Amino acid sequence: MGDAPGRGGAQRRRLHKQGRAEKYELRAEGPTSMGSLAYGEDLEEEKNSAFTWEVKANSRAFNSQFKTSFLCWQRQKYKSNVIRTAKYNAFSFLPLSLYEQFHRASNLYFLFIIILQGFPEISTLPWFTLFAPLVCLLTIRATRDLVDDIVRWRRLGAGGAPPHIYHRPHPRSFLWKKWANLCVGDLVCLHRDNIVPADLLLLASTEPSSLCYVETADIDGETNLKFKQAPPVTHLELTNIRNMASFQGKVVCEEPNSRMHHFVGCLEWNGRKHPLDSGNVLLRGCRVRNTDTCYGMVIYAGFDAKIMKNCGRVRQKRTKMDRLMDKLVMLIFASLVLISVALSFGFWFKVRGFKAKHHYVSSKHLHGVATETFFIFWGFLMLLSVMVPMAMFITAELIYLGNSIFIDWDVQMYHAPQDEPAKARSTSLNDQLGQVEYVFSDKTGTLTQNVMTFKKCCIAGVIYGPDEDKEESPCQENPYLWNNFADGKLLYRNSRLLCAVRHNEDKVVREFWRLLAICHTVMVQEKDNQLVYQAASPDEEALVTAARNFGYVFMARTQDSITVMELGEERVYQVLAMMDFNSIRKRMSVLVRNPEGSIYLYTKGADVVIFERLHKKGMKEWTTEEALASFAEETLRTLCLAYKEVDEGVYEEWRQRHQEASILLQNRAHALHQVYEEMEQGLQLLGATAIEDRLQDGVCDTIKCLKQGNIKVWVLTGDKQETAVNIGFACQLLSESMVILEEKEIVRILEAYWETNNNVQRGKGHRKNRFLPQVKVAMVISGEFLDQLLLSLRKEPRALVHSMNGDGDEPWQEPDEQRKDFLRARRVSLMWRTLGIQLRSSGLAPQVTNSGTSESPEVWRERAFVELASQCQAVICCRVTPKQKALIVALVKKYQGAVTLAIGDGANDINMIKTADIGVGLAGQEGMQAVQNSDYALAQFCFLKRLLLVHGRWSYMRVCKFLRHFIYKTAASMMVQVWFAFYSGFTAQPLYEGWFLAFFNLLYSTLPVLYIGLFEQDVSAERSLELPELYTAGQRDELFNYRVFLQALGHGTITSLVNFFVTLWVSHDSAGPVSFSDYQSFAVVVAMSGLLSITMEVTLVIKYWTVLSVLAIILSLCFYVLATWATQSFWLFRVSPSTFPFLYADHNVLSHPSILLVVLLNVSLNTLPTLALRVICQALKKAGPEQVEEAPSEEMITVEPGPYLHRGSRGRRSSYAFSHREGYADLIMQGTSLRKAPGVHSDMLLADAIPSEEEPTPGVRASFRSSRKMSLLGRRRQPRQAEVSAEETQPAGPASASAAADRQRGSVGQSPPRKRESAPPPSGGPAQPSGPPSLRGQPALPEENGSPWKIPILSWTSWPYSWQKLLQPPGEGPAPPPGRSPPEAGPTPPPAAGESPTDGQPARGEPSLSESRLSPT
Amino acid sequence: MTWSATARGAHQPDNTAFTQQRLPAWQPLLSASIALPLFFCAGLAFIGLGLGLFYSSNGIKELEYDYTGNPGTGNCSACALADQYRAPPLRCSCAWYFSLPELFPGPVYLYYELTNFYQNNRRYSVSRDDTQLSGLPSALRHPANECAPYQRRASGLPIAPCGAIANSLFNDSFSLWHQRQPGGPYVEVPLDRTGIAWWTDCHVKFRNPPLVNGSLALAFHGTAPPPNWPRPVYELSPDPNNTGFINQDFVVWMRTAALPTFRKLYARIRQGNYSTGLPRGSYIVNITYNYPVRAFGGHKLIVFSNISWMGGKNPFLGIAYLVVGSLCILMGFVMLVVYIRYQDQNDEDEDEE
Repeated sequence: MGDAPGRGGAQRRRLHKQGRAEKYELRAEGPTSMGSLAYGEDLEEEKNSAFTWEVKANSRAFNSQFKTSFLCWQRQKYKSNVIRTAKYNAFSFLPLSLYEQFHRASNLYFLFIIILQGFPEISTLPWFTLFAPLVCLLTIRATRDLVDDIVRWRRLGAGGAPPHIYHRPHPRSFLWKKWANLCVGDLVCLHRDNIVPADLLLLASTEPSSLCYVETADIDGETNLKFKQAPPVTHLELTNIRNMASFQGKVVCEEPNSRMHHFVGCLEWNGRKHPLDSGNVLLRGCRVRNTDTCYGMVIYAGFDAKIMKNCGRVRQKRTKMDRLMDKLVMLIFASLVLISVALSFGFWFKVRGFKAKHHYVSSKHLHGVATETFFIFWGFLMLLSVMVPMAMFITAELIYLGNSIFIDWDVQMYHAPQDEPAKARSTSLNDQLGQVEYVFSDKTGTLTQNVMTFKKCCIAGVIYGPDEDKEESPCQENPYLWNNFADGKLLYRNSRLLCAVRHNEDKVVREFWRLLAICHTVMVQEKDNQLVYQAASPDEEALVTAARNFGYVFMARTQDSITVMELGEERVYQVLAMMDFNSIRKRMSVLVRNPEGSIYLYTKGADVVIFERLHKKGMKEWTTEEALASFAEETLRTLCLAYKEVDEGVYEEWRQRHQEASILLQNRAHALHQVYEEMEQGLQLLGATAIEDRLQDGVCDTIKCLKQGNIKVWVLTGDKQETAVNIGFACQLLSESMVILEEKEIVRILEAYWETNNNVQRGKGHRKNRFLPQVKVAMVISGEFLDQLLLSLRKEPRALVHSMNGDGDEPWQEPDEQRKDFLRARRVSLMWRTLGIQLRSSGLAPQVTNSGTSESPEVWRERAFVELASQCQAVICCRVTPKQKALIVALVKKYQGAVTLAIGDGANDINMIKTADIGVGLAGQEGMQAVQNSDYALAQFCFLKRLLLVHGRWSYMRVCKFLRHFIYKTAASMMVQVWFAFYSGFTAQPLYEGWFLAFFNLLYSTLPVLYIGLFEQDVSAERSLELPELYTAGQRDELFNYRVFLQALGHGTITSLVNFFVTLWVSHDSAGPVSFSDYQSFAVVVAMSGLLSITMEVTLVIKYWTVLSVLAIILSLCFYVLATWATQSFWLFRVSPSTFPFLYADHNVLSHPSILLVVLLNVSLNTLPTLALRVICQALKKAGPEQVEEAPSEEMITVEPGPYLHRGSRGRRSSYAFSHREGYADLIMQGTSLRKAPGVHSDMLLADAIPSEEEPTPGVRASFRSSRKMSLLGRRRQPRQAEVSAEETQPAGPASASAAADRQRGSVGQSPPRKRESAPPPSGGPAQPSGPPSLRGQPALPEENGSPWKIPILSWTSWPYSWQKLLQPPGEGPAPPPGRSPPEAGPTPPPAAGESPTDGQPARGEPSLSESRLSPT
Repeated sequence: MTWSATARGAHQPDNTAFTQQRLPAWQPLLSASIALPLFFCAGLAFIGLGLGLFYSSNGIKELEYDYTGNPGTGNCSACALADQYRAPPLRCSCAWYFSLPELFPGPVYLYYELTNFYQNNRRYSVSRDDTQLSGLPSALRHPANECAPYQRRASGLPIAPCGAIANSLFNDSFSLWHQRQPGGPYVEVPLDRTGIAWWTDCHVKFRNPPLVNGSLALAFHGTAPPPNWPRPVYELSPDPNNTGFINQDFVVWMRTAALPTFRKLYARIRQGNYSTGLPRGSYIVNITYNYPVRAFGGHKLIVFSNISWMGGKNPFLGIAYLVVGSLCILMGFVMLVVYIRYQDQNDEDEDEE
């Protein structure tokens, strides 16, 4: 722990610098994978990150000198930009596809058998018997591959080569070149709306500061713009084409890798090195937006491009059934070997007789007994090899293909607006669709449309919803016609509000819309005389657009002014300060001077944050809060708007401090925050907006259906917790009656789990039940916490070092947050560590407890976590990286052994889509990346219901029925060979005619099973959707498992026994001119009986009779007739008498009525008992299920957990959510992004100071909507919470005093053991700050306190931080007087305590003790 | 669907019953009301069939005699003793005396039966050349390799017919003598040695090679008979239509048996006075005992039998049908019980629905 920050720190810094434009670079990316699930990929990449990739601009000669050699074959190291997507070409097709096919063990086996057949000594079957099916199999497979390849080539070939691009080898100008001709090192000129052809280093653009906006929809599915920026040096130097031509910079960077948001390198030019990061790189596949022209240099081309690296290596997914099939085939094979051995032993005893006594054959058995037996063994192996159902694989493939095509064809999964049908991209996973237990869903674009609509607003306590009188005038003219700037797309209409706005009498209404028009970071652009807003978040765009339609049109902005057209009057506001949004502040303010000269502060933000800062609280606030509550009910995303007028003097004084803060070299961000905080006080509430993050159609219904089908839906999103939870409620994944577990509780539960697990040793049986009480539980967990939970033991040292050294260099973060995170990390890790120690010291190591298998603590906690999570009704993971998404999926796969399905639409979901057993990509507006990596492509989330419940279930049922029947059929027909061996002296004489064997599985019996596999329906699609419960059969593997397999095998064996022995006994003493005592007749009768028995069985199995099924059965019988007729015909006999020896056998035999009677006897003996069984079973089953259905349904458990749920009574759920990214305000304020006179580049230096939009440390955001959540800890002690909190306020003082003392000592580098002492174990008593205070717990401190954020610090018993020393004014008191009451309490009579969190006692609503500590008693 | 391409999305799937998996279908439920009558009817039908089969099988007469010649089993023992050696002396004869108290109704068939003879031994059953037997001259001179070691003689002459099956041709012969009156003369009963093989076999599958100068012997010139054969193949029978490869004894032998115990038809008795059957009286079967079976513990039997519409005597089939029929009815009753037992419940359930 005491080791130097060295590498980790460097890595962090690097990452933060780059994190500007990327969403998912939340934290150091190295160690997110787990030991047990280590992704080799990552390790590989780590190794690769040596800086060996050198690219020199404009110098093809230099770049082509690099070669890689593989054996003696050398090629260019740098790939060209050609992307070849086809796997085969005309020459390589045959060898490659054969090579691929013979990779399959079964094919190899058959090849081996066919080769064996070449030896006459052991050849028991005619050559064509196995050869014909194998050739068919290979042909079918190869054709399919070929078609696949052609389709892929067509699709990608078309999309992969967009026409042309500028590229320069010419000194004067850029030339048109094809994409494919681009080389590494070339300079490329791109225009607006061009697609980036390769990974480029951005050199310059026509935008100020060489910014370049890109849309990355094709890469990560996000539609909002991102900006990239050229390195300052090239921005300054490369100002014209001539300069570009002579540009000789050399980029040294990493080898190509797949990390999309990661790039480290440096540019060597003129002897100096300039650092490069991913903010300088344009990735292949992006689209240039809002930028006239930009210039770049190709770094990675073709397959080296990051996007291609990401696409590569499609892992072949296999289904459970597939694996089971393989196992069964192995099983069958093994039993065949055994049977062969046994039969060879039989021969061993017989052969002596044959040699010595049976004079007629003795000359044919010339070898020694052992040799003969050895030969016979192979002979039997070959004879029985037809038992290995080779045709099953062919047929199964056809079935999979057919079912996939049915998915493609389903009109009900066709999304007309996008003209997008469902697409089964993988044709081998259909049956698994019927077994899914876990669905992992992305949020944005998957559950939601990612369309924010302005739904409601509340101005001065009055709620303005959309007009309800739509039906009266459905085509009423646009109410915004009076407004020239109105955007027709806004659907929100409220004539009352419109009136109020147009009368312009109400000041609040005016200020409300003005605020929306001013306080934002939207950029505006004029296009075809239309204003086009470019917003960093769709929420903002919705708000500004709403303001625009209501006559407050945001027209233009410059670095320091905003032009707004207010009801036709143009007003220019001078922007004095822009206080950006970030996820800690949860608000954004703009300080403007209006044309009249007065200064206003406009703030919008989270309700909790705004309400804390209000000047007064009256009726208006109260009603607004009610409105917010009702918005929350409707799961709308809310923002509160407030403003205040600022005195000139106050502003002047504040400006000074602002100025000081903004030039600070250290902790600038923090200081600025503090300054902002000072300004944002005493606000007046204007109202609230409610934005609907519109769900996709049918999401709720789908989720409900899936839940009924016992499918667990987990939401994994990179989004913020608030947003995620909001959506969780919106799509009814979470409900009000659920207990929502958060980090603390999870830790507690796991801890308890551990204890019980240790105490109640080996209590595997009731282990599961120990987790949770019988209430509906949901889990909300964040990526950071997940990391800590699962990795802390291993990663702890580094994590601590990070926090410890989080001084000026580290991007700023609100201290209590950081502290809290840090503490939590410690707690968790300590817990795990304690566990680890316990493991080692006590004899109760999990090696013993957990069923004897050795489980490392890591494995144990992974398992514990997964078990806990899978007990929950819903799990929402927010702020997870793509890798974590995949990790969660992998965890569930590993520990639950369940079939997982991941659905997502963006590039961030690719990892998870690839990891899950089934990946579903949504072909939304957000690019095709997810789809390209998915197994199934859908247009809408709601189609998932049909995909799983109908197609999945059907496919599973079909495949199972097919398998069962196929195995039955194989056993029924082929076991006869074994019985016959007993009568043929174990000489491996085949019973059937060779052609019958060859065609049996291909023609005679295939069509009906194919029908079962393709068309069988047990219940209709509608019924499947009505009864999602039916789906559970697949999850439990009910329809096909070892039991069913053995059943089928047994059934088949019985059939074969009947067929053989009845025929045998009948033939025994029958004789006559046309008897069937001869071999050929006997074979014909047995074959015929077998075939008919199987066909009869099929007719019993088929439950869905259509024309096709009749056709299939008739056709297959016709095939039998025809093929038999042909192979036994004179014509073929003439061609080759020895190949077609059964001349007219069927004809002769079957023309005799008594033989037909034998066949009839066989068939009815086989059919009638099963028919009877079926009838009886059905009668019994019909009686059965009604009782089973009474099993406790979900609703039963919804029993109120009683007093612990306190929605409404103890404060409402804040529905604030805002998917905004910070950083834009800085851009605006610095003017970087605004077009100004060219040549002003001074701001370039500031570019690095742009705070990264992501928080630096893996901090866990406190939940501020936690009033609902139930801490088990808190719950247990709730009854006496009041006293406890009263008591607890006391010890806080001394504790923090000691902390302060610590601080004075200023010991920065704490040694680990000491820390452990100071951080009490997590199971500590209530006095210990086990739960971090929520943000709301941050008291709304009055002006009297200079640093409002220090209170939370002091409330922590903790150790010093270096930055604390810096920021803490020396001598600052240890703790605020415990009994201090909020100053606001005086002037305004607060609403009933506990009902409103805005009364300065926000923690009241918190059940958590640590927070109630803060509240005054 | 080009005409509607404009009206709908280019990628919209066809909305047909087939693509949407909504083909008109019949989903039969195996209800007891269907199954019960079925079982009872089938049961009755089977019982009826079984009775018919049983009685017609019982009506068939069969007379068999084991002439293997195990010690103390008749006068073939002497020959059997010689059988200890591989190659028995030719034309050892013995006889079987029997008398019929009443008419043995015709048509009467004479079979020989061998036991423990593995004609279905794989090595044995592949040891033939169907090409040669189908009369192809080239194959006649070049027998298939499967025939080895009966492919060529040591002298190099190709063997025709080649192979182990041909070599082991059953060569016992029988003649039947009838004594109408006790003390009367024995009259030879004519045995029809034709029509004992499948018509297709001796007319299509087995063909003699094309005659050379009208002579079958010349056609077979340059070939040797199988080692065990005393005569060449073209001398199997004096009847030119029944000699060579199309000799019916040979054809019957070449149609290998499925099981180690088998009967093969030897002759039909249908001529002259015997067309209605064998009249009562005493009979002698003169047996030319050639074929060695005692070495491998086999038996040789001679069987007289007549046939009915369902073939030879076969009590098993009738009994089997009777059993199946009664089982059907039994199952029907079981189902009935189950049905009644659970019907109430089902009705209740349906009412609930």
